[in-house]
Amino acid sequence: MRHVLSALVQNQPGVLAHISGMLASRNFNIDSLAVGETELSEMSRMTLVVRGDDNTVAQVRKQLDKIVTVVRVEDISAEDFVERDLMLIKVKCPAEKRAEIALLTETFRGRTIDIQTDNVMVEISGSEGKVESFITLMRPYGIIELARTGRIALVRGNPKARDDE
Amino acid sequence: MGSPSTAGQGQSSEPISGADILVQSLIMHGVDTVFAYPGGASMPIHQTLTRYADKVRTILPRHEQGGGFMAHGYSRTTGKPSVCMSTSGPGATNFVTCLADAKMDSIPMIAITGQVSTPVIGTDAFQETPIVEVCRGITKHHFLVTRTEDLPRVMKEAFHIATTGRPGPIIIDVPKDVQIKRVVPDWNVAMNLPGYRPIPAVKRAQLQPILEAIRASKRPIFYAGGGLTHSGAAEVFKLFAELTGIPVALTLHGIGNFPADHYLCLQMMGMHGTVTSNYAVNEADLLLAVGVRFDDRVTGKLSEFAKHGKIVHIDIDKSEINKNKFAHIPVHGDVKQVLTELLAMVREDANADLVGGGRYVPWLQQIDEWRDAEPLVFDERDDCILPQAAIKRLYEILKERGQLDKTIISTGVGQHQMWAAQFFGFNHPRTWVTSGGLGTMGFGLPAAMGAKVAHPDYVCIDIDGDGSFLMNVQELACCYTEKIGAKVMLLNNQHLGMVMQWEDRFFGSNRGHTYLGSGEEAPYPDFVKVAEGFGVKGQAIVEKGDLDAAIHAMLDHDGPYLLNVHVPHQEHVLPMIPSGMTVKDIIKA
Repeated sequence: MRHVLSALVQNQPGVLAHISGMLASRNFNIDSLAVGETELSEMSRMTLVVRGDDNTVAQVRKQLDKIVTVVRVEDISAEDFVERDLMLIKVKCPAEKRAEIALLTETFRGRTIDIQTDNVMVEISGSEGKVESFITLMRPYGIIELARTGRIALVRGNPKARDDE
Repeated sequence: MGSPSTAGQGQSSEPISGADILVQSLIMHGVDTVFAYPGGASMPIHQTLTRYADKVRTILPRHEQGGGFMAHGYSRTTGKPSVCMSTSGPGATNFVTCLADAKMDSIPMIAITGQVSTPVIGTDAFQETPIVEVCRGITKHHFLVTRTEDLPRVMKEAFHIATTGRPGPIIIDVPKDVQIKRVVPDWNVAMNLPGYRPIPAVKRAQLQPILEAIRASKRPIFYAGGGLTHSGAAEVFKLFAELTGIPVALTLHGIGNFPADHYLCLQMMGMHGTVTSNYAVNEADLLLAVGVRFDDRVTGKLSEFAKHGKIVHIDIDKSEINKNKFAHIPVHGDVKQVLTELLAMVREDANADLVGGGRYVPWLQQIDEWRDAEPLVFDERDDCILPQAAIKRLYEILKERGQLDKTIISTGVGQHQMWAAQFFGFNHPRTWVTSGGLGTMGFGLPAAMGAKVAHPDYVCIDIDGDGSFLMNVQELACCYTEKIGAKVMLLNNQHLGMVMQWEDRFFGSNRGHTYLGSGEEAPYPDFVKVAEGFGVKGQAIVEKGDLDAAIHAMLDHDGPYLLNVHVPHQEHVLPMIPSGMTVKDIIKA
């Protein structure tokens, strides 16, 4: 099963290395890991998508919590949360295909952000599934390269009082 | 550990060097000894240490790893944080094994390493190693100090993290320019650890199910480990076990937390544990796991381990709960606090039925049957000294001399370690010092030295093997120069005995580089000569008739001593549950 973990961590050098090292050395499989600053300059938020049974995910969570610089870890999968993935994708696009790709981009509420003589670059954001679908649609045109942020997520509404398990 | 006092230091407005801040901070945290090997990147700290020699004893090991394991010996026998120091690069990497060992066995050791100056970090400078990167996974926490101003806070945090919750090692990497720069220290600086909550609060309601499980049980057993030592719970644990009459099986690190000579003590469990303890754990309908982590050397095949019963698991590290084995009643808490609360609960009238003998008579009778039928034994041979016999006699002689209660035993790793666990009876926590989780050869001598430094009035004996002893033999020099009266009883069989035993059992006795001798008639090396070269007195014995006198001579000698006991190599540690197997596969002969 797919779980989304949201971790608040101290914004210090080495924290990302510490976490990724722990995940690797304990053989945990991570689909995606995104990290960025938060409203507090001293904190970063890390969003991890983990696949595994409940026990595995509970272990990942406990091991994360054990890291001194990790302030809080929550498994938000069961909650009402919003999830986004941002992608930049560069696709082969001769002039005669521009309208076609523009239409698809518009349907996906993406934006064309660069046009060259033989290719375009599109920005798409949304859920994992939506981004994956767009990639599938672009494949026949010829994907030159793409980059994704990995998933970020937040729970809707005010955060619940955290459970101290 | 009291909270660090700033008394006497005052809030001076005089700038002082980073090295001074570091050493003064050690003193404030109650450090009286450091095990430190100097080098280019740690010289400023050593210069400061010379000025504080009246407050902090600096012991010069002959290898950083020796210093690290002396720190282990100090911490493991006192429960206090210990400090070892080295320079950058190779000095620091020599601590890697000590830190990994401390992580596995939850030892509050603080390693302070010099580092190249901040402007050249990352340039592959002379003796530069990214030691914090190397040590992330094998420490509880780590610091690379980049500003001298941060030192008072970092030191506070290091001691706090090392000693609270599940204890563990810390590395503090201090670049040379940070040591030299002078600033006015802010001793009252607050710690910045928003994510560190070491002490979970346990509510009484959480513990009621444990009492209900005990009430429903006919065959309960304790599976007790090193967590009892770390939380200082031996006393309350003994009261609880006695009051409820529940028998106790101990892990390697549980040894000492329950008296070996107690009726309820089934001794060590696991791969080389007693038949009785392993049978009892297997047959139990309730396993009370306290301060343990279901290590594979204890459980064997996990799915078969203690499968007939409910499991209660009490541990301070919540990641240990359900990690290897599902717990029906998990309690995340400090073992001492939980047991204290449980003890108070069973003393209440409502739980009077759980108290006193009689509840488990058939169970204890069954255990007695196993105990009588399957005692720990070895051949009584007269033509040689068996290693088990040497350990047993050492124990008996210490008992006869009235020194047992003030004896600390350390070991290397291998057969001799298991025999020491089996045939030496430990009645007190922190008197049995061994590298359990990591299994580091070479641990015994420096650990005995660290113990002796912390307990000058104790007899501190390293029961060692010839393979392990040679791995840190250079510390005999430190014994001599620092006048550390640690003893070594070397069980010298000219082999890597444990690997040899596995060769005999599983590889048709084909020797895969497990013979340590020279191929000549005489044993090699001549360890007594080696010791003499270091100025340490020693004696070698072969005949059984010489054993008692030699043990007395070792104990009578004032100062470090090597007793080199030549023993045959054919002995196996038994019983044995082969790796990954079950109690049904136990090898008894």
